[in-house]
This record gives sequence, C-alpha cells and structure tokens, in this order.
Amino acid sequence: MAHILLKDLRKSYAGQEVIHGITMDIPNGEFVVIVGPSGCGKSTLLRMVAGLEGISAGTIEIDGRVVNDLEPRQRDIAMVFQNYALYPHMSVRENMAYGLKIAKMPKAEIDAAVTRAAKMLELEPYLDRKPRALSGGQRQRVAMGRALVRTPSAFLLDEPLSNLDAKLRVQMRMQIKDMHLNTGQTTLYVTHDQVEAMTLADRLIVMNKGIADQIATPHEVYETPATEFVAGFIGSPAMNIFTVTAEAGMAVLPGGHRLPLPGLAAHGKVRLGLRPEDLEIVDASTAAIPVVLRSIEWLGADAFGYGMIDGSDALVTLRLAGSTGAKRGDRVHVAPKEGRLHLFSAESGKRM
Amino acid sequence: MADTSQTPLTVRGPARTIAHLWMILGIIIVAFPVYYVFIASTHSVQTILRPPLPLLPGSEAIANYSDAFGGGIDRIGGVSLWRLLGNTTLIALGIALGKIAISMASAYAIVFFRFPFRMACFWLIFITLMLPVEVRIQPTYKVMVDLGLIDTYAGLILPLIASATATLLFRQFFMTIPDELLEAARVDGAGPWRFFKDILWPLSRTNVAAIFVIQFIYGWTQYLWPLLVTNSNEMNTIVIALKKMISFADADTPWNLVMVTSILAILPPVLVVVLMQRWFVKGLVETEK
Ligand SMILES: Nc1ncnc2c1ncn2[C@@H]1O[C@H](COP(=O)(O)OP(=O)(O)O)[C@@H](O)[C@H]1O
Ligand SMILES: [Mg+2]
Repeated sequence: MAHILLKDLRKSYAGQEVIHGITMDIPNGEFVVIVGPSGCGKSTLLRMVAGLEGISAGTIEIDGRVVNDLEPRQRDIAMVFQNYALYPHMSVRENMAYGLKIAKMPKAEIDAAVTRAAKMLELEPYLDRKPRALSGGQRQRVAMGRALVRTPSAFLLDEPLSNLDAKLRVQMRMQIKDMHLNTGQTTLYVTHDQVEAMTLADRLIVMNKGIADQIATPHEVYETPATEFVAGFIGSPAMNIFTVTAEAGMAVLPGGHRLPLPGLAAHGKVRLGLRPEDLEIVDASTAAIPVVLRSIEWLGADAFGYGMIDGSDALVTLRLAGSTGAKRGDRVHVAPKEGRLHLFSAESGKRM
Repeated sequence: MADTSQTPLTVRGPARTIAHLWMILGIIIVAFPVYYVFIASTHSVQTILRPPLPLLPGSEAIANYSDAFGGGIDRIGGVSLWRLLGNTTLIALGIALGKIAISMASAYAIVFFRFPFRMACFWLIFITLMLPVEVRIQPTYKVMVDLGLIDTYAGLILPLIASATATLLFRQFFMTIPDELLEAARVDGAGPWRFFKDILWPLSRTNVAAIFVIQFIYGWTQYLWPLLVTNSNEMNTIVIALKKMISFADADTPWNLVMVTSILAILPPVLVVVLMQRWFVKGLVETEK
C-alpha cells in the first residue's frame, strides 16, 4: 500500500535533460500506466521511482516519506524487468525466495509465500527448474512471482509483456489486471503499447520527449487529448490531423474546401483533429469533405478506408461499416459528427 | 540447406584416415620427449649415459623412484623430494588463489562501482600487462629485500600475484552480466557483498576454474623469480632443484634421479588439468547464462 507523490521530477544525463519536470499524485491502490513512444523517458521515470536511477531535481515521496536518497530495498517496491532478469543459476523457487531470504524472513513463511505466488501464477510444476528450462511466458510469470511474493507497497513494471507473443500478451494482460484487482497494490506500469495502456490503466501518463503531455483517465485521454501529440499517439488508426485556416464559423481545409464549423473563431492557422470514427459518409454537399479512397482494409465488422482530401495530398482515414460498398478509387463525401472535433494550436500543439 | 552433418569433423573415407594420421603424428611429436623422460626414469645412470637410450621401460623403476623419495636427492640438494613438492604446491596454489582473489576483487570494483578515476585505475592495471616480470624484477627484488621477505613463502608468492591478465578476463566476463541482473538484486535488497556472493560468484565459477588451472601451471613452472628470491635449498621449488641437480659435471649428474624428478614435476599440473577438465573446458567455451 503506497501513496506516491512525484514533485517536479527531473533527470539529466551529462547535462542533457531527459525528464523535464513531472508532477503527479498517485493515490494508494491506483494503476498508473506510463505510455509513450520509445526513448521518451518512460523507463527512466520508472527507474527513478524504483531507486535505480539518481534524481537530478525534484522529489519522490512514498507514503509521505521523501525517498530520493534511499536504496531500492528501502523503498519497499518490487519491480518486473523487461527481460525478466531472473537469476540464471537459481531455481524458480530460489528466484522467488531470494528477496525474502535477504529480508531474513523465517523459512516456513518464505515457503508459504512462494507456494502462494506459484499457485496464483500456475508455476507450481516448475518450482525446481532453472530459468533456462522455461518458456518465455513462464519466465515472465516467474518475474511476476518474484515481485508478488514480497507483498511490496508498490509494484513497478517495465514493459513486462513486450517479449511475449500476441496471444500470451493478451492473456497476461488480463492476469495482471486481475492481480491488481485482487491485491489492490499501487502499480506503475510502463508500456509503448496503447492497447495495454488503455485497458490496464486507471490513469495514464502520456509522455512525449520527457514531458508528461497528459495525465488523465484513458477515457479523458481519448476524448479530450491535451496536445496534438497525445491525439496522434492514442487511438488506432491514428486521428486525422490537418493544418487548416480558422475563419469565423468556417475552416479552410487542404485543397481549399471550406468546412462550416459553427462557433469557430478566427485563429489563423490551427491544427484540426478528427478521429476516423467521427467522420461519417454523407451525401455530396458544400458542407462535406470530398475524399478519394486509395485503399480499403476490411476487418469484418469494420473496415478502414484510406484516402486523400480531393485536390490535396492530406491523408484521411475513415472508419466504415463492414457492410460498406466503398471501393478503391471511389470519391466519397464525409462530414464530422457534431462536437467531435479537436483543435490544437499550430505553434504549441496544445488543445484550444 | 546443405547436409549440415558434413562438417570437417565427420568426413569419411581416405580424407578421414589422413586426418587421423596427421593428428597421431602430431601427438607423437609432442608426447615423445615426455615419454623419453619416463623411459629414462626407469633405467640406471649407466644405461642412460650409454647411447642409444632404449625405447622401452627398464627394470630400475622401483629402485629409482624409491631412491628419489628415500634420500637420493637429499644427497644432492640436502632437501627431500617431499619438501620440494610441498614448496612448489604451496607456491602454485598461493599464486593461483591469490591471483583469483585479487583480480576478481579489482574487476568487481572496476565493472560494478562508479568511483573517481575508475578508468584511470583500469588503464593502470592494463598497462602493467606490457611490463613482464623480468622488466620490473630488480625493483621488486629490492622491495622484497627491504621487507625481509627473502627465503619466505610470502616473498615467493606475493610479487607474482598481481595479475593484469586475470583482472582483464574477469572484467570481460563481468561486463557480459546484464545490468538488469544487478538491478534485480538491488531491488531484492542485496548489497554489494551479497550480490557478489549469491550471484556473481556462482555465475563465475567455471571462469574461476579455468583461470585457476592456467595460473596454477603458471605458478608451478616459475623459474626466474624463485631462483632470485631464495638462497636456502629448503625453500627451493622442484624446478629450481632440477636445475641444481644437473649443474654438476655430466658424469656426476644422477640422470636417473633427474628424470624421476622431472616426471614428478610434470605430474601435479597434469593432475590439476585432468581433474578440473570438465569445469575448465566449460569455462572456456560457455558461460552458464
Ligand atoms: N544511462 C544513460 N545515459 C545517457 N542517456 C540515457 C541513459 N539512459 C537513458 N538515456 C536517454 O534518456 C532517454 C529516455 O530513455 P528511456 O527512459 O530508456 O526511454 P524509454 O524507456 O521511454 O524508451 C533516451 O533518449 C535515452 O537515450
Ligand atoms: Mg524503456
């Protein structure tokens, strides 16, 4: 059980700042996912919380205690590493028991804790095997077990599922969610996979080049992305984003199409975002955007249409019904659903 | 894919025969002098001195070997063979274990700790690789004299312990240990000592075995340094004693005993290699990861 408080947390490597001040209050029991593209500083942030990486500025508090200068073991956290980091010469049992052994827990209690975790993770048949005799999924579970036996106050995971195949990943994702519901431990989870992020998180930190662009629930992040980066990163297929000229009640799209947008004030150049599912095919009219389809991806219930705004090279993705009759080369007209558009400043990328 | 079982080691027919003959020839060339030493150790001095030396073992084996152990060599150097073997074993063990301890400790520091002048320390150690014992022998000797370590085991062992080679080997091995393993241990609560004892040492065991074998033989065959730093025959190693035995006029040299001593000088290193072979080979070809 832990309440984690990050205050203006910064990290520099050799004078180069890679984490630019992150502030966040994580209440006890929350599942927080740190998501962002590769190299944006997710691992660094997590490792600072773990105590594996020094803190250049700011503070980390766990349960009201500043832990900046404490070793990982003194922070009462457990961590699952991307490559599992199992001790190769120890059996599964020894791997899981090692932390408890160091903590000088009595032997009987260690055995009980290991057995309990092994049962939960279905690892009982493998307790006496060495890691090299396990499959990737089993190793992953041992890594989880090693963290679980400790009943730490916070659980840190760095891309724990990225080395598994797709099917196993879905399975483990659900297992991790279940485990969190059972134990109620504060959890920080790093991933670059937005599906993992959206399904697991109580709240997301969307990171962009060392900045937390948005800290919010998955729903908020999807519905009201705080920056153009978040808008483009979360959602699949990605949001359509165009540079438009905002005039009063009207946006001039690429290709010169004038899209009536009641209530829009004149801003000059802005970025207009429209999710694929928020574009509906309508009859041709001056209020609709003409799109020439270049390909259709049919997925069964849904289909995605990829095309360009007629007369420009601005790419558009449409979400169509599976029963659509649209074909490659068709010229269709689309209109945004009421109240579903996102405007971002062309300079700062911030939501307007 | 081509038939992968057709490696150079599985060729058949004449090529295979030729390969075998070639290897057997090599073994004969390498092993013959050793065999000859053994043959000579089973003949009397008179037979040895009257060429040609027979190619088959003689009848004096028991007499020669019991003479060697029972005082034959006492009459020459004044020291028993047991004492010589004991000295040499002690020195070789001391050098091998000392080198392992020192080089593991320094490699551990260089790889896993961040301290000022870390790289400078590494390069200092590395540079000593380029200075063989012979180059620094005079200052080292002076230090030993000043410390009063002439004719002591410490004097024989200590200067040979510092080892850039072993430090380098351990450094290379330690660097292959993934960072995440160290971090996992830190999260589990292991301090530097526990990490070494519980994780690094078990993972290094095969490497330690390999380095032990190499360094034991290195210590066993030392010649120049023991020669310099010992005056009394009591402190001689078996290699020095051998040399002293044959520094008489040819006719006076008890060649049969020299050969017995040679065989006994070869035996322990061979034993070490044979006994540790399983570990040794493992350490050279794979690291258990
Ligand atoms: N030890 C280090 N020294 C210098 N730069 C580093 C170090 N570790 C990470 N970085 C830099 O910090 C940034 C964030 O890295 P990281 O947190 O690993 O990204 P992520 O986990 O999001 O992929 C990257 O640009 C990376 O190059
Ligand atoms: Mg990472």
